[in-house]
Amino acid sequence: MIVKEKPKAFYDTFERKGAGQKVTHYCPGCGHGTAHKLIAELLVELDIQDRTIFLSPVGCSVFAYYYMDTGNIQCAHGRAPAVGTGIRRTHKDAILISYQGDGDLAAIGTAEIIHAANRGENMTVFFINNAIYGMTGGQMAPTTLEGQKTLTTPLGRSSGRDGNPIGMAELMNAIKAPVYIERVSLSTAGKVLKARKVFKKALENQIEKKGFSFVEVLSPCPINWKMDPVEARSWMQAQLEPIYPVKNFRDESLLPPPHDDTLPQMEEKEMKQLLSAGGAIPEGKNPAPDLEQRVKIAGFGGQGVLSAGVLLANYAIARGYQATWLPSYGPEMRGGKANASVIFSSRAIGSPVVAVPNVLIALNTPSLISFEPDVERGGLIMVNSTLISDKVKREDVDVLYIPASEMAKESGVMATANVIMLTIYLKYKGLADTEILKKILPLSVKRKDAVAVNLKMMEKALTYFEEELT
Amino acid sequence: MNRSVIEADLCKGCRVCVNSCPNHCLSIGSAINRLGYQYAHSTPEKCNACGICFYVCPEPGAITVYKGDAPDV
Repeated sequence: MIVKEKPKAFYDTFERKGAGQKVTHYCPGCGHGTAHKLIAELLVELDIQDRTIFLSPVGCSVFAYYYMDTGNIQCAHGRAPAVGTGIRRTHKDAILISYQGDGDLAAIGTAEIIHAANRGENMTVFFINNAIYGMTGGQMAPTTLEGQKTLTTPLGRSSGRDGNPIGMAELMNAIKAPVYIERVSLSTAGKVLKARKVFKKALENQIEKKGFSFVEVLSPCPINWKMDPVEARSWMQAQLEPIYPVKNFRDESLLPPPHDDTLPQMEEKEMKQLLSAGGAIPEGKNPAPDLEQRVKIAGFGGQGVLSAGVLLANYAIARGYQATWLPSYGPEMRGGKANASVIFSSRAIGSPVVAVPNVLIALNTPSLISFEPDVERGGLIMVNSTLISDKVKREDVDVLYIPASEMAKESGVMATANVIMLTIYLKYKGLADTEILKKILPLSVKRKDAVAVNLKMMEKALTYFEEELT
Repeated sequence: MNRSVIEADLCKGCRVCVNSCPNHCLSIGSAINRLGYQYAHSTPEKCNACGICFYVCPEPGAITVYKGDAPDV
C-alpha cells in the first residue's frame, strides 16, 4: 500500500524542459522542492486544488506554474500580494497562495507585503527565506546574516555598511491585522513535519476566511551557500535559526474576524451614472462603423489642453463611440508643455496610448515640433497659427492653419482656443453634431461662469468653418 | 515489507534522505543516473514507512513510500 507519493496537485510531467521531464529545475538539496511538496500535499488534503490560484513570484520559484496544477498568475517582482489583493476583490472563494522569496518579498516587494498585511487580506503568504538571492547567483539579500559571505559581500556582510538582517516575521508582527504569523525551518526532518502543520493552519485560516496568514520558511540554498545539502542544513541550525528564531509569533485564528471586507454593491445602472457625470452624458447609439480617431491635443498649461480632451471624449461617448482620454503627466507639465491623448472608436480600444496620432491639434510651437513627425500619413494637423509661425513641413498630411488664439481673444478668455480648434476639427471631419456638442460642453468646462463664453466661441468657430473652409 | 522506493532518474543525489532516515535504510550508490547524479537506494529491512524521507526530499516525485507489500526494486 502506498502511504506517501508525489502529490496529485503537481503536474505529472513538468513541461518546462520539454515533454517527459519529471524533475524540477531546482538545485540538488534546495528547500523549494520540499516546500512545494508540503503545499501540494495540503492542496489535495484540504480539497482546495480546484480553487487555488498560485501567485508565482520572481526568483527561483518563478516557474512554480510548471509544477502546481492550480490556477496561476506569474506576478511582477514583489507584486504578488498586490495581485492577490486584486484577485480577492473579484474571486471571494479563491484560495490565494503567495509564494515569495526574500528578494521578492523583503526587498523589491516590501511595500506590497506590508500593505496587504495591513489590510488583513484573506490570503496565505509563504515567505521563503534563504538569506541570499538564489536565482541571480547569490548576492546579498536583506536577510543575509551579519558576516555572511555572498557574491556582493565577499568579506562578509557588515551591518555598519550594509544594514542589519531583516526579520520579516518580526516586521509583520508589528502590524495589527494579520491573524497568523509563524516562522518555520526546513533544516531537520522534525522541523519539516512541523512546517507541514503550520502550512496547514495557514491555509485553513484562509479557507475559513480568517484573514492574512504569514509563514516565514527558513530554507536551504546549498549551491549559493557553497555547501553540500546536508552541511547546509547543519549551518541553518547553527547560524540561521539563532538570528531568525523558529516560533509562532501570533495566532488569532480563534478570534472572530475583526473586519468587514465586503465591497459595497452597486447596480450596473448606478455605476454607469457615476461614470457618466451623474448620467448627464447621454448614451449615444449607432456610431459610424470603422471609425477610429487617435487625437493628440498639445499646447502649454492653461490652454485648456486637458479639458479639450475631456470634452472630445465625452462628446464621442455621447455619439455612441468607445472613448479614452489619457492626459500626459510628464515633467513637461511643469515646463509649459501639456498634452492629452483621446481615442474614439467604433470598436473596443485596447490601449489609451496614442503613439501614432491621425489627428494632431497643436496649440503652441513646441507641440508642433514635438508631434509633427509622429502623425500618421494622410492624417490631419491643425495649427494654432496665432502662436505658431512655423509651417508644417510634412507633405503627406492635411494641414489646417486656424488663428484660434486670435479668435479667442475677443471672448476675453484665451483658453477658449481649445473649443474653437475642437469644433473646427469635428466639423472638418464631418463628425460634428452641434446639438450634442452644446449639451456636452457645460459638463467639461470646470468654471461654470465660462460656459456661455465657450458656447459663443463654438458658434464663432462654426461660422469660421462655413466662411473660410468650405 | 515496508519500503521507500526511489525513482533513480528523479533523484539528484542530495543525500538529505540518507541523512534524515531514522532507521538508516537509505544510502547513495555508485551508479550514475540520466541526470548525472549518484542516486539514493533504499533497503527495506528496518523501514517502518514513517515518510520522513518523502517529506525531506526536495524532488516531488523521487520517493514513494510503501507500507506492507512493496514492489521489488
